[in-house]
Amino acid sequence: MRYLVSVINDKSDPGSTDRRPAISAFNERLIAEGYWVFAGGLAGTDAATVIDNRGEQAVFSDGPFVESKEYLAGVWVWEAPDLDVALKLAAEASKVCDRKIEVRPFQ
Amino acid sequence: MSDVEEAITRAHHDEWARVVAALTRRFGDLGIAEEAAAEAFTTAVERWRADGLPPNPGAWLTTTANRKAIDRIRRENRRDDKHKEAQMLHDNTPSEPLGAIDDDRLRLIFTCCHPALAVEARVALTLRMVGGLTVPEIARAFLVQGTTMEQRITRAKAKIKAARIPYRMPSADDLPARVSGVLAVLFLIFNEGYLASGPDTDSVRHDLTTEAIRLTRLIRALLPQDGEVAGLLALMLLIEARRPARVSAGGELVPLAEQDRGAWDAELIAEGHRLVRERLAAAAAGVAPGRYQILAAINAVHTSARDIRDTDWSQVLALYDRLVRLDPSPIIALNRAIAVAELDGPEVALAIVDRLAEALAGYHAYHATRADLLRRLGQSQRSRAAYDRAIELAGNTGETAYLTRRRAQLQ
Repeated sequence: MRYLVSVINDKSDPGSTDRRPAISAFNERLIAEGYWVFAGGLAGTDAATVIDNRGEQAVFSDGPFVESKEYLAGVWVWEAPDLDVALKLAAEASKVCDRKIEVRPFQ
Repeated sequence: MSDVEEAITRAHHDEWARVVAALTRRFGDLGIAEEAAAEAFTTAVERWRADGLPPNPGAWLTTTANRKAIDRIRRENRRDDKHKEAQMLHDNTPSEPLGAIDDDRLRLIFTCCHPALAVEARVALTLRMVGGLTVPEIARAFLVQGTTMEQRITRAKAKIKAARIPYRMPSADDLPARVSGVLAVLFLIFNEGYLASGPDTDSVRHDLTTEAIRLTRLIRALLPQDGEVAGLLALMLLIEARRPARVSAGGELVPLAEQDRGAWDAELIAEGHRLVRERLAAAAAGVAPGRYQILAAINAVHTSARDIRDTDWSQVLALYDRLVRLDPSPIIALNRAIAVAELDGPEVALAIVDRLAEALAGYHAYHATRADLLRRLGQSQRSRAAYDRAIELAGNTGETAYLTRRRAQLQ
């Protein structure tokens, strides 16, 4: 079962910025234990562009599709046998990243 | 009730959870298990009335439900082959230290009370899948529309499937936390019955307290070594024992101090006390008691006194002191203050209660406790203001009636 694991940044309560070494070590473990599928940190939401080509022509607009206090800072994709395994890892990930984590299954 | 009706009711109580649990394990789908179990019980009503009781009702129900589930899966497979993909996960290997207590019903309970589900969904699923209540019954119990409750249960089942919440015993590491999650759900059901909210409900919902006790007895049978399970069962029994004295003829809630103790249920008290003694022996052997065990012990002290004046308040306070160390919540501190009032007087207690103002400003019992302490101190005006606030916030009809009378009695 694949899960999208989102790291959530909170503008009003930002986590610490020195997490990179800890996250790298955690990634090594995810790979060694066979859970790791993909991981990536994201640039700030200021760098986002929204494209809407549902109408006559494509419209490009600056900024994230939704302005909010909380935004996506990075994602993992994990392969885990069930939600309990994913939640256990996510609890560790939250400590490691010093941020909230959302776990959502792929269809 | 005829013999057959009685047998059906009994079979429903004894076998519903077992049938749903076994079917969930076999077919890997809560929805199919629930529907097939419901169909089997409907068929039982018709067939048993016509043909009489089968020699082994439990086995009859399991066989019938299995057949219904297979029929249903065949029907659905013809429509949609994708069904097979959505199998729930379960682990057939009995885990070593839990081998003796591994039971499909436990898997079912842990799945229904999974922490990834919303609390209301856990309550609803537990009552439906483990308790066997119908959706309209659960909706009535929680004062929501039938369709709302149906959606709540459907959504929870969909999440279990989509997110792959496993159908198995938690690991030994996770067990204490998961058991405590299950107990929280059961206590929530009990409390909703004991102090029902809503303007048009009875003050005490006997159906919910009874159901909560029945489910806790089931967990107790499945996890006999767990001290907190025993503690919660004892706590519920000792509270339930006082139910006959809790509501006056006029529909007012009667506080502990004013209850007719002769009306208490002696049998439930004896059973509760037995459980508390069992846990005291374990505590003496060095097993630290959890919060439900301490709460049960407090209730054992109250139910041991034949008259309110015989209450061993120093024992009550000592237990609250232990509880505060375990759970420093303001609500526990508030209840502790009530014992302090009995030992050191209302003035000392009021000082403690006033310190909780910020945390408990929206809690009716905080204002009711303050009102009572102020009344005892002869501060009628301040007492009246506190009663006003308590009445505003109280959600229970019997409690509102009681508080209103107390306010009217102020000088």
